[in-house]
Amino acid sequence: MKASALLLLAAAALALFALSVLLPWADLAALLRRDDALGWAIVRELRLPRAALALVYGATLGASGAAVQALFANPLASPDLTGTTSGAALGAVVTAYLLAFTSPLALALGAVAGALIALLLLLALAGPRAETATLLLAGLAISAMAGALTTLALALAPSPFAFYDAYEWLMGSLVDRSLAQAAFAALPGLAAIVLLVRLRGPLDSLALGEEVAQSFGHDIGRLRLRIVCLTAVGVGACVAICGAIGFVGLVAPIFARRLTGGRPGQAIAPAALIGGALLLSADLATRLAPLGRILPIGVVTALLGAPFFLWLVLHMRWRLGR
Amino acid sequence: MTALLEARGLALAGRLRPTDLVAPGPALIGLVGPNGSGKTSLLHALAGIGGPGGEVRIDGEDPRRLPPESRKRRLAYLPSSRDIAWPMTVRDVVALGSAAGSKEAIAALGLAGLADRRIDRLSTGERSRALIARALAQDSTLLLLDEPTANLDPAWQIRLMDRLRHVAAARVVVAALHDLDLAARHCDRLIVMDEGAIAADGAPAGLLGGADIRRVFGVERGADGGWTLVRP
Repeated sequence: MKASALLLLAAAALALFALSVLLPWADLAALLRRDDALGWAIVRELRLPRAALALVYGATLGASGAAVQALFANPLASPDLTGTTSGAALGAVVTAYLLAFTSPLALALGAVAGALIALLLLLALAGPRAETATLLLAGLAISAMAGALTTLALALAPSPFAFYDAYEWLMGSLVDRSLAQAAFAALPGLAAIVLLVRLRGPLDSLALGEEVAQSFGHDIGRLRLRIVCLTAVGVGACVAICGAIGFVGLVAPIFARRLTGGRPGQAIAPAALIGGALLLSADLATRLAPLGRILPIGVVTALLGAPFFLWLVLHMRWRLGR
Repeated sequence: MTALLEARGLALAGRLRPTDLVAPGPALIGLVGPNGSGKTSLLHALAGIGGPGGEVRIDGEDPRRLPPESRKRRLAYLPSSRDIAWPMTVRDVVALGSAAGSKEAIAALGLAGLADRRIDRLSTGERSRALIARALAQDSTLLLLDEPTANLDPAWQIRLMDRLRHVAAARVVVAALHDLDLAARHCDRLIVMDEGAIAADGAPAGLLGGADIRRVFGVERGADGGWTLVRP
């Protein structure tokens, strides 16, 4: 992929980031005219963390999606369809409501552990080069199990408000997170993205099969473990702060490969930028939609992502002529 | 002078008994043997697949100590499986071997017209040619090919063996083959594998008429010049 295309994507993501901080502009401008300090406080405490979370969470989902697809040699794998996000959500809920640790660090650790268990379970169930059907079925089973256990954990929670409390978070939300909370999601997310991008060479060669990748000198077992850990850390930290957000991890790598020509590892960096841009756009849509109230962002990505997934399924069916 | 290929004590538990293989200079080596005789295992051990299988020196260097980019120039490996699950174009696949050598390799295997097609949508024979082109593009000192002629039509089998002859003018090519006549006609040297070990090793002319082929494969030359089963 040309560096210019990557720069263009980065510019688009940054522009959306700026829009996310500035829009809706009229209220902010009025406030800044009236009370300078309050206006800046709103930018710093509300809009900046929200935009940063959208950018980094989207980018983490995009990069993780591309990496998980390369790992399973399957273009339909993604953190949400493989149960990673549900596993992370379960980990965070258990940590917060059953173990009663509510600091961001504890939540992040719980979510990472949940994501890690879900991914390792998937590897064990579906195998490293799973057929699409096996992979999606195993992912579905893990998601369903994690979802049921999440509900159970909330039902068993000592707090009678647990369900109400967790509802907004479970639907995925970027609203009202502090800069410190944003940092808890953003730093592991960014680290995971950078390290995943560095593994693009080995992941590319994995597309030729494990034997060829080994003949190139790559340690496949170690590579697999690294991808699983990095994805779990990135997605887990973001889920801990913002809840589960679907479909970005599936859609972003598919768009990215339109630019990179199909090499799985090369898609990681553009998928990160596209994922960030997608989630920023979805977040803008939640604010600008003329409904009079704010939609949970997870609902928006699902509303946009599910039809895309259906289109993908139909497209595959037409192509196979069935 | 260092040998181009020097492998000592190659072994894989349960599949390959300790084996040495030395090629002092450039050569096209045909690896023949019945199903399950250890051809793929020997190639795996040479390519360093499935754990350390012994000592391998390519032009005096241990490929395991090299980073991937230099290692690719030392050894290339074509697995017997032609399955590619990932949707990539032929051009992308060949470039994964080496971007520099991909144009020549694409031309050599007649893939110019297919270069922008997705590899998972090609016929098995076309896909085989694309995967062979990937290995050839690496332009490596040691080229290991597991049944490169499988799925190819007769004309492409001959073209490929001619190409390998050309490559083997300066490199070592080890190709597992099932067609004994094709192997004998094109290779400098034949290695006959049996039960995870080398049963015979030498010039094709001497081997093909000898007792080793009869004993290992259970076939012999019939009156019509073709291979027939040895009668018990």
